[in-house]
Amino acid sequence: MIHKNLAKELAASALQMVWFIVLLFPFLVMKVSVTAGTALVRFRWGSLPAIAIVSFIASFAWGRALEWNSHRGDKEQKRTPLTPIKEAIAAALARKPIRRVVLLVLLAAVAVYPFALGMYHTNIMITALIYVILALGLNIVVGLGGLLNLGYAAFFAVGAYTYGLLWKFVGPSFVSAGIATGWLFWIALPIAGTIAVVFGILLSLPVLRLRGDYLAIITLAFGEIVRMVLQNSGPVTGGATGISLIPRPWLLGLKLPPKQAATYIYYIVIVLVILTIFVVRRIEDSRVGRALEAMREDEIACEAMGIDLVRNKLSTFALGAFWAGIAGVVLAAQTTYINPDSFTLWESIMVLMAIVIGGTGSIPGAIGGALLLKLLPEYFRPLAQYRILIYGVAMIVIIIFKPDGLFPRNRKKYTFDAQATEPQAGEAQK
Amino acid sequence: MTNTNAPILEIKNLSMVFGGLRAIDDVSLHIKKGEICALIGPNGAGKTTIFNCITGVYKPTEGSVAIQPGDGPAEHIHGLKPNIINRKGLARTFQNIRLFSNMTVLENVMIGRHNSLQAGIFKAIIRDRATREEEQRLIDESHEILKKMGLAMFINETARNLPYGAQRRLEIARALATDPFLLLLDEPVAGMNPHETKELEETINLIRDRENVTILLIEHDMSLVMNVSERIYVLDYGRLIAEGPPVEIKSNPEVIKAYLGE
Ligand SMILES: Nc1ncnc2c1ncn2[C@@H]1O[C@H](COP(=O)(O)OP(=O)(O)O)[C@@H](O)[C@H]1O
Ligand SMILES: [Mg+2]
Repeated sequence: MIHKNLAKELAASALQMVWFIVLLFPFLVMKVSVTAGTALVRFRWGSLPAIAIVSFIASFAWGRALEWNSHRGDKEQKRTPLTPIKEAIAAALARKPIRRVVLLVLLAAVAVYPFALGMYHTNIMITALIYVILALGLNIVVGLGGLLNLGYAAFFAVGAYTYGLLWKFVGPSFVSAGIATGWLFWIALPIAGTIAVVFGILLSLPVLRLRGDYLAIITLAFGEIVRMVLQNSGPVTGGATGISLIPRPWLLGLKLPPKQAATYIYYIVIVLVILTIFVVRRIEDSRVGRALEAMREDEIACEAMGIDLVRNKLSTFALGAFWAGIAGVVLAAQTTYINPDSFTLWESIMVLMAIVIGGTGSIPGAIGGALLLKLLPEYFRPLAQYRILIYGVAMIVIIIFKPDGLFPRNRKKYTFDAQATEPQAGEAQK
Repeated sequence: MTNTNAPILEIKNLSMVFGGLRAIDDVSLHIKKGEICALIGPNGAGKTTIFNCITGVYKPTEGSVAIQPGDGPAEHIHGLKPNIINRKGLARTFQNIRLFSNMTVLENVMIGRHNSLQAGIFKAIIRDRATREEEQRLIDESHEILKKMGLAMFINETARNLPYGAQRRLEIARALATDPFLLLLDEPVAGMNPHETKELEETINLIRDRENVTILLIEHDMSLVMNVSERIYVLDYGRLIAEGPPVEIKSNPEVIKAYLGE
């Protein structure tokens, strides 16, 4: 039996190898050079065996991996060499004092980060942390509410432009009144959050009856519309050139040099990230959060449980939009310059990918996914040109082999005293 | 219990048309307080469609659905949204199980109690004392319901991983959590083994006797139907063809014909 299967697999791999050779032949074997108006085709036969071997091995390995994956459920309980280590870590973290110490060490590391690593790394980290806020916000919409939103960058833009426009139109009167323009940042934060919420509600109204593909398309269109409006309202928004010289956040009236300013924004963004995590965690573990999840799981059953879907969808979009608005203000303050190009569909997709890779519906997942997606490309510059390819492969591999993401959510467990949980008479147990 | 004979649910001349198909044709039926009624009929007869019309999933093409849970005047509910109808005290289960399958068993029931609580977003974030107490009460109440339904040992289990029979029970538990006066069960023992069916039969009786919930159930398992129900409605091609106590239905020639075919 085993031999027969193996032969079959090898044959399948061989077939796929042939297919790959045909597919890649024009790219990797043929080379066309045009000299003085005549095209010259050169055949690099040397690369043929390489293609054959690589595609054969890859095809075979992929087949094995899929095979292994399909039996994953059966051997869930199987202990790997890593199991005792994992268990030890889990047991240690379950103890409160240890958890406190770990948290303190983590906080200390976060606090000294800008001093230890300097301005370059601090700025990269700020950008990544802005994405963490975005991912946490989108996670409410996609992960909890189950509403695929491809226009999320629009709310990010709303936040950034709220600050930018405040600066452009209210800034001058601040200057003439002798008030530090840095104050505008602190004023912009709540206003941007509010305006983003309004936009969130505006978007949710037309999509109340939509789900799945339709919802994705409409939100995608919404995102593009917002960007186009920003781009084509030159007199107000500065059009494609955007708004520049946006002030950095106020700190006791000090004029900070760039390095200190970056450090300062870093701390602001850290506080905002912690605030976001705190709020999102509370929402997730509450009546409102459970209602959102019920909607994701099954809209018909959710409504049959007395939950108002309209209200649920409004709050989902509003909650998600709020954090994007906040993140937008921080982005404007960090870069001091915004234009519509920062808010393309690609941004929405990046944030969505961060969630999927990290783990849909999981807070650690949103954080981990955003950090991975933003930090890795910065530190692996040589691979930059293969970035999209790597993302694509990573997405496929994760969706197939680890559908809950790299950092899946640990659902809350409830404990009751032993006597109460004793099996009752008339049980449905087999 | 002044007027025990007044129906708590009354459907009059209900019709539901899908395109050219008359799935329900002029059906009138009623259920009295404290009854266990069954709705039977061959596949495609329109039983589930009647449930969908009662619970607001569909707007009936013609006819009315009225409820009268207390002593007050009867109230029309057709055309209202499902969540509103649920809040008025009608809860249901689904023929093809519709649990919140990635959530835990306890959470499924907690969602059923959504409307017995108030906390909104701000309360959830602040989590003041009242909210914490409310949450704890919710957990305890949900736990109680699970104990009654014999699901207590599955509390932290993901709903998707439950054995089939337990999933059907969980649907009932979740429906009960909404504090209904009328429970609509759509094929509650479909796919269960005889042992599980027997247990559910007891549970259905307990729900009626201890929780004072009136029950209307759709079922193909004739032994269950004959054992638990006091009255049976028989539906065929969207029309009611018989109504009466089990003994009468069993020997009704029209019913036998509908089930055995021409
Ligand atoms: N949403 C719908 N659209 C079109 N036809 C429907 C719809 N729902 C039910 N039907 C049709 O109505 C008839 C009754 O279906 P149903 O109520 O599910 O039967 P059952 O008695 O088996 O529960 C069937 O012919 C079914 O195809
Ligand atoms: Mg049916």
